[in-house]
Amino acid sequence: MTLTYLRYELLRTLRNRRFFLLSLGFPLILFFVIASPNRHVRNFDGSGISFPLYYMVGMATFGTMSAMLSCGARIAAERAVGWNRQLRITPLSPRSYFRAKVITGYMMAAITLVVLYAAGTSLGVSLTASQWLRMTGLILVGLVPFAALGIMLGHMLTPDSIGPAIGGGISLLALLGGVWFPLGGHGFLPELAQFIPSYWLHRASHVILGGQAWSTKGWIVMAAWTLILSALAARAYRRDTGRV
Amino acid sequence: MSTAVDGLSGVASTDIQLLGLVKTFHGSNGPVHAVRGIDIRIAAGETVALLGPNGAGKSTTIDMLLGLLEPDEGSVSVFGRPPTQAVAHGEVGGMLQKGDLIRDLTVGELVTMMASLYPAPLEVKEALELAGIVEIADQRTNKLSGGQTQRVRLAVALVSNPLLLVLDEPTVALDVEGRRAFWATMRAFAARGKTVLFATHYLEEADAYADRAVLMAHGVVVADGPTTEIRAMVGTRTIRTTLPGVEAHELTSLAGVSSVERRGEVAILHCADSDAAIRALLDVYPGARDIEINAAGLEQAFLTLTGDEPPDGGGRLSVADGSEAGLSGLGGGEGGLPGSGESGAGSEAFG
Repeated sequence: MTLTYLRYELLRTLRNRRFFLLSLGFPLILFFVIASPNRHVRNFDGSGISFPLYYMVGMATFGTMSAMLSCGARIAAERAVGWNRQLRITPLSPRSYFRAKVITGYMMAAITLVVLYAAGTSLGVSLTASQWLRMTGLILVGLVPFAALGIMLGHMLTPDSIGPAIGGGISLLALLGGVWFPLGGHGFLPELAQFIPSYWLHRASHVILGGQAWSTKGWIVMAAWTLILSALAARAYRRDTGRV
Repeated sequence: MSTAVDGLSGVASTDIQLLGLVKTFHGSNGPVHAVRGIDIRIAAGETVALLGPNGAGKSTTIDMLLGLLEPDEGSVSVFGRPPTQAVAHGEVGGMLQKGDLIRDLTVGELVTMMASLYPAPLEVKEALELAGIVEIADQRTNKLSGGQTQRVRLAVALVSNPLLLVLDEPTVALDVEGRRAFWATMRAFAARGKTVLFATHYLEEADAYADRAVLMAHGVVVADGPTTEIRAMVGTRTIRTTLPGVEAHELTSLAGVSSVERRGEVAILHCADSDAAIRALLDVYPGARDIEINAAGLEQAFLTLTGDEPPDGGGRLSVADGSEAGLSGLGGGEGGLPGSGESGAGSEAFG
């Protein structure tokens, strides 16, 4: 894969208005709407996390999931116009093709993070450099299964159906992961949440509490999702390209 | 795959070789035998038309040639390699049948992006010039007309500077003027010593722009030869005359006539030897009037050869046997039938 190819892939994505709406505009507006009135709450719902930090990472989770899954939307769009067949008769290998898509997704996720971090800081979120870095690192690692999910959906769905699927999927994952509001300490939902990847993405905010933000269980859950979704994505790709 | 090809005698590694290809699709309505055992060899530098009606198996064949589809049986060799390897080495450029462009880039950016994938691409400017789209280089790809889109897709195929250029029904979206310009571009590219294979169901395109035509129908090759030779093989002319009161079977017995159609007072005589037929006609029926003699052209060859009935297996033979006009030379490379000197007249008859 050449850098020129990647550069134009990024340029295309930056020119896409829909991305900015879902991955950036929507989480940013929600953040200010929800967090502004509560900016002085230092210990939100007994979590030890300030209200602005909780929602900064919550909205970052939402926005970055969307950025990664939008890889899938671009793949679906390319399939619909036959562009992936055109690419398959070029020297671009499938591996390079997906690498470009994933790098693009991460680039968009990074933009979302930077913007939301700035928004959080404006409402008083204050972390040490080490905490910023560790939190960002966990979020970037936590996005790997979403990259696989995006590729899988991109090879299964049409451009018409993938938009609602991504929007609905992210909203549901955000809800089950406790991104919109804390799920409480007991009962079925908080138990379930620990098996949902978005929960652990959001959990990256716990770097501020000292110790490990992700438990061993967190790492195992994320690794399992990555393995399962990667295998499903590979299968979806093979079915899609074998059928043509 | 490659060992099987190497084992054949007389196959140069610069050739393109499709050997015993079979592809069956399994749909909800039972199996579809898209390609049923075809052999095609294309020498480097040739321009070959893959000609046939919709559903003949052209696109399936092209997909296998490009490595987009794995054949059920048989093998493909492109310059001595499996197609996926030839593609990976940047030796193949293609314009597929259906397809649109990706959005959010200008034409120039898109062609630059694609050029970057190849080891020895053309200059982007040169590809844009060849395709005649320099003036729209700064337009966004989603704001183009159908004809402009096709030319951008051609530029994408050309910029790869391939040894083999494959075009699957490239002119479907173009008007007459666009087609002419398109083929001028293609010829200029072929003149650089490139090998070109294009699929079409426009007979005049095969006639005018290919060295050789491979006719496909129902998943088999029914004829393969120089376009002039294919016309010669079928070789018929028709004599059209106003001749009331004579039964068709009486006319069929005339020398040189192979079959007769009656349309009211008009009789249309399909002739294997029109010179003999016209002499016999005027000799026996001096009252025949309004006489026209027409060369059949590739259109007639096409209809005769591809027919409507699927051939029973040995495609070439059964079609030769089943045709009316004496196809003894078919597949053998020798025309030997009258009408072989004719080229221009018939091609006006369709369009």
